[in-house]
Amino acid sequence: MDSGTLSGIATVVCLATFIGIVWWAYSKDNKQRFEEDGKLPFADDDVPAK
Amino acid sequence: MEATTYNYKVVRQFAIMTVVWGIVGMLVGVILAAMLIWPEITYGIEWLSYGRLRPLHTNAVIFAFGGSGLFAVSYYIVQRTCQVRLWAEGLAAFTFWGWMAVIVLAAVTLPMGFTSSKEYAELEWPIDILITLVWVAYALVFFGTIAKRKTKHIYVSNWFFGAYILTIAILHIVNNMEIPIAFFGGSMLKSYSAYAGVQDAMVQWWYGHNAVGFFLTTAFLGMMYYFIPKQAGRPIYSYRLSVVHFWSLNFIYMWAGPHHLQYTALPDWAQSLGMVFSLMLLAPSWGGMMNGIMTLSGAWHKLRTDPILKFLVTALSFYGMSTFEGPMMAIKTVNALSHYTEWTIGHVHSGALGWVAMITIGSMYYLIPRLFGRESMFSTKLIEWHFWLSTIGVVLYIASMWIAGVAQGLMWRASNADGTLTYSFAQVLNTMYPFYGIRLLGGTLFLSGMLMMAYNVWRTVRIGRVVNDAAIPQAVHA
Repeated sequence: MDSGTLSGIATVVCLATFIGIVWWAYSKDNKQRFEEDGKLPFADDDVPAK
Repeated sequence: MEATTYNYKVVRQFAIMTVVWGIVGMLVGVILAAMLIWPEITYGIEWLSYGRLRPLHTNAVIFAFGGSGLFAVSYYIVQRTCQVRLWAEGLAAFTFWGWMAVIVLAAVTLPMGFTSSKEYAELEWPIDILITLVWVAYALVFFGTIAKRKTKHIYVSNWFFGAYILTIAILHIVNNMEIPIAFFGGSMLKSYSAYAGVQDAMVQWWYGHNAVGFFLTTAFLGMMYYFIPKQAGRPIYSYRLSVVHFWSLNFIYMWAGPHHLQYTALPDWAQSLGMVFSLMLLAPSWGGMMNGIMTLSGAWHKLRTDPILKFLVTALSFYGMSTFEGPMMAIKTVNALSHYTEWTIGHVHSGALGWVAMITIGSMYYLIPRLFGRESMFSTKLIEWHFWLSTIGVVLYIASMWIAGVAQGLMWRASNADGTLTYSFAQVLNTMYPFYGIRLLGGTLFLSGMLMMAYNVWRTVRIGRVVNDAAIPQAVHA
């Protein structure tokens, strides 16, 4: 296999990975879950007691 | 028995040292800026010559100031968002004292002239080994804490910190592969790179650019993803965008290094690759910036009254500016003009002062009262003053360096009809003086802001109390 073919395969794999991540992040099934995850910093009260 | 409180001690130690090292590093920067106008101000003392102070400045601001800030916030955020006390607290204490030892050793050896001559990796091999040990301890503490977390999800800030810790370990080890000449009867404090020629240059800039990418960007984005939501009082605009932001930024950054070596002996394809990946970086960078800024939608009024939020949001604006400027400068034809000129210095400081320092300062103003049992800093008015001094300082700095850099690039390349150069090097240098003066003013303003911060922190500590009883929420989170 020459380097051209190899870089072609690498490009396709990377593109597919990227699309996969976007699909995973934006799929309807995960909407609720990620919204909950985003609230994690607010799960505790960090204003110090005097 | 399971711990019921968070470890604030190590966070507090690093937070205070962030302010201290910020002042030291920026003071050296101001001295260097003055030296470019008055080269004799250090009386020709060799330990204080420009070539030795310059790496001291860069190491102090990046690794001492930025590094301490990152240790502080990562230890704070990982505990708070995992809702557990730090794992292996002895190791965490070692990271503090070890990191301080590295900084002190750097401050001694660099002025003495010990250097491996690799930019941002100048420290010699014994110190490199100590850095490696501290970093491994850091990774153990951080990932150990993640492993014993009580929350189900790992919050996005921790993903950014994790990527930074892992990548810096790899970069540091690979780029500092060096052979001490002590093996051949030479000095204990001198080594040579294991790589030669253009390979050495490529390894160095793969390191150098990813030090920018993973130390100065990824890690500080972790800071942004926690403190902007907290200070604005609302969750990040789009958590899903932050997921895409994380992965795409990490994938792309890794390949952008060759843009530091345009028009050198580096193979042409590698130069073009570096340019293309740098251009692609614009997308995740701006995605992340928008995500942070849009978090304020519906809360914009807070910007008018809250100077901490001003710091954080202005930092993001400078992040957006410098991540637009960077890809543009990576384009080969632009690079032909900009490289080796003051423009590069302006670009670096737009990122380092505008983004890194301002997001750190904002985060420290959030963090320090909480570490010392106060609801807010001693003086909010002083934070406001600090904000305006920093902002005006950065703007003066980068605007003067833009003008100086473009003028310098154009003058260097100007040629007469017979092919000779229009301007001598000294003529170009002479043109720079007014801009060096404005830069010195900008840097001095920024440093004065830091001194105000030190005073404000000092007073806050005096009226506050040392908090060691911050309670971990006991409710089980799904």
